[in-house]
Amino acid sequence: MKRFSMSNTVVFLQKNRAEYYLTAILVPVLVLVCLCSLTMGRYAISLSDIFSVFYTKIFAVDLAIPANVETVLFKVRIPRIIAAVLVGASLSVSGASYQGLFRNPMVSPDILGASAGAGFGAALGILLSFGTVGIQLYSFLFGLGAVALAVVVSSAITRGNNVTLVLVLTGMVVSTLFSSFVSLIKYVADPYSKLPAITFWLMGSLSTASMKDVKMMLFPFLLGVVPLMLLRWKLNVLSFGEEEAKTMGVETAKLRLVVIICSTLLTAGSVSVCGIIGWIGLVIPHFARMLAGPNYKILLPVSLLFGSIFLIIVDTVARSAFPLEIPLGILTSLVGAPFFIYLLFKGKRGWL
Amino acid sequence: MRLEVCDAVCGYGTKKVVENISFTVQSGEILCLLGPNGVGKTTLFKSILGLIKMLGGVIKVDGENVHAWPKKKLAQTFGYVPQAHTPPFPFTVRDVVIMGRTAYLGKFASPSKVDEEIAEQALDTLGISYLADRVYTEISGGERQLVLIARALTQQPQILIMDEPTSNLDFGNQARVLGQINELAKKGLAVIMTSHFPNHVFLCSTKVALMQKNNKFSVGSVEDVVTEENLKSAYGIDVKITTAADDCHTLRSCIPIIN
Repeated sequence: MKRFSMSNTVVFLQKNRAEYYLTAILVPVLVLVCLCSLTMGRYAISLSDIFSVFYTKIFAVDLAIPANVETVLFKVRIPRIIAAVLVGASLSVSGASYQGLFRNPMVSPDILGASAGAGFGAALGILLSFGTVGIQLYSFLFGLGAVALAVVVSSAITRGNNVTLVLVLTGMVVSTLFSSFVSLIKYVADPYSKLPAITFWLMGSLSTASMKDVKMMLFPFLLGVVPLMLLRWKLNVLSFGEEEAKTMGVETAKLRLVVIICSTLLTAGSVSVCGIIGWIGLVIPHFARMLAGPNYKILLPVSLLFGSIFLIIVDTVARSAFPLEIPLGILTSLVGAPFFIYLLFKGKRGWL
Repeated sequence: MRLEVCDAVCGYGTKKVVENISFTVQSGEILCLLGPNGVGKTTLFKSILGLIKMLGGVIKVDGENVHAWPKKKLAQTFGYVPQAHTPPFPFTVRDVVIMGRTAYLGKFASPSKVDEEIAEQALDTLGISYLADRVYTEISGGERQLVLIARALTQQPQILIMDEPTSNLDFGNQARVLGQINELAKKGLAVIMTSHFPNHVFLCSTKVALMQKNNKFSVGSVEDVVTEENLKSAYGIDVKITTAADDCHTLRSCIPIIN
């Protein structure tokens, strides 16, 4: 009997290890994708140039490198790629967490109104002729505010049971409300200057991402992603439902609040910097689940890495494939929608 | 270990569903809760598990009020086996069973090798080690029910609370699950379960509680409670209790009489 269970444990570890390898492989893949993305674009830079630039920076030696290369790398591409890494990771981690929390694989990070609220904040900021920082701050705060509104209203409605259902419904209401506010602002905005600015902002883009933006995003990113990573195993238990999780010793109300706060920080943080980029939070967790299985212990890091890789690739295509840069939100939907259909065809084991 | 339910009043908000429930269960005993639909069996369970606030009365384990305990200690004492259901994600059976360890883990921890071994043991106890790598959403209803029992065992509780552990199971699986429940009680667990089949009481209970409409509640030995009159009054149908014997057992069974 004892030997039997021993051998079972060995099988368990081996099986688990295979899934850990996936995370281990994805990290170098991410680095590789970053490097490739650095070389690509309107102004092509060779890998050797990139390494020389890093070499001169690190060892403070002076190699003859064109000033353009350094400017493009440090002022444009590196911030943009870091922003893509952060945004891709944010949206897929919050999407994956929400899917567990709401026990529904169709849920995306904007379910409680974070994106709609952040979009409204940005539109309002543009309407009031704020600077970049002001727009981002407004966007971020309204993103948080919208979710807070949804949570407060739903907790006033709920009497103990069906918490998540009421939460989703109030989230939808809040989302719709803020979307109408956005439409209202668009309606009154100056059609020659402000309206196009709002429209482009809402389509999502990383084209203006600077080191300053990256620094602004980093704080909410870490604040959101670290607790979720630490608590990720408990998301498994939560996906079995409120009552069952409670009988297994999870303080569901607390955990739910933490997950909502963290996911909202992530979503509002990325929307405030780069506008609304759809589909990533829905599609990437699915894709990760197909490869890594539903266990959040592995699923969440894998989602994070896939999200980053995916967004870098899409953003690289957005800025280099066509003569005119395509807004990122359009491209992620164009790629995401058929990809999702493919996943639906491919997935058979109760992914839906 | 001794569980006492004293004058429990249970319900939602201000609405009382059941009143004046008192009984005790000890280690090794199986209490089967019978009663018609909607009489409040699940409400009582939820109250015992601390999922809904009690409107009155108290639940004690070895004299201590359990609802004053931290959530974790509660989960280390009570293992809950819900009715088999399908979660939204295709977890493996091993993933599901190991979730029973949650009550023993630190805030940010995930299961260790020791926890994995406890989960393996629970699967082994129920004879379903072969299911470990299967996908929980793809196995049969009977297997799922056994997996949920394994998960509750992984919680290493003193009391198992089972909500209709035999619902949705075929004839053979019902008997198998009841057999497992008997084995678990022999190992020292106290079990409280509900069933829609009075016959199950004859197969595995040491004690029976009969909940009826209008807050009629009777608890006692199988012989005292499961009588033709009581079943008729509880379910509103005529029932005949018959006895059969094979070589070593006396078997009893309830048969409803349909006119």
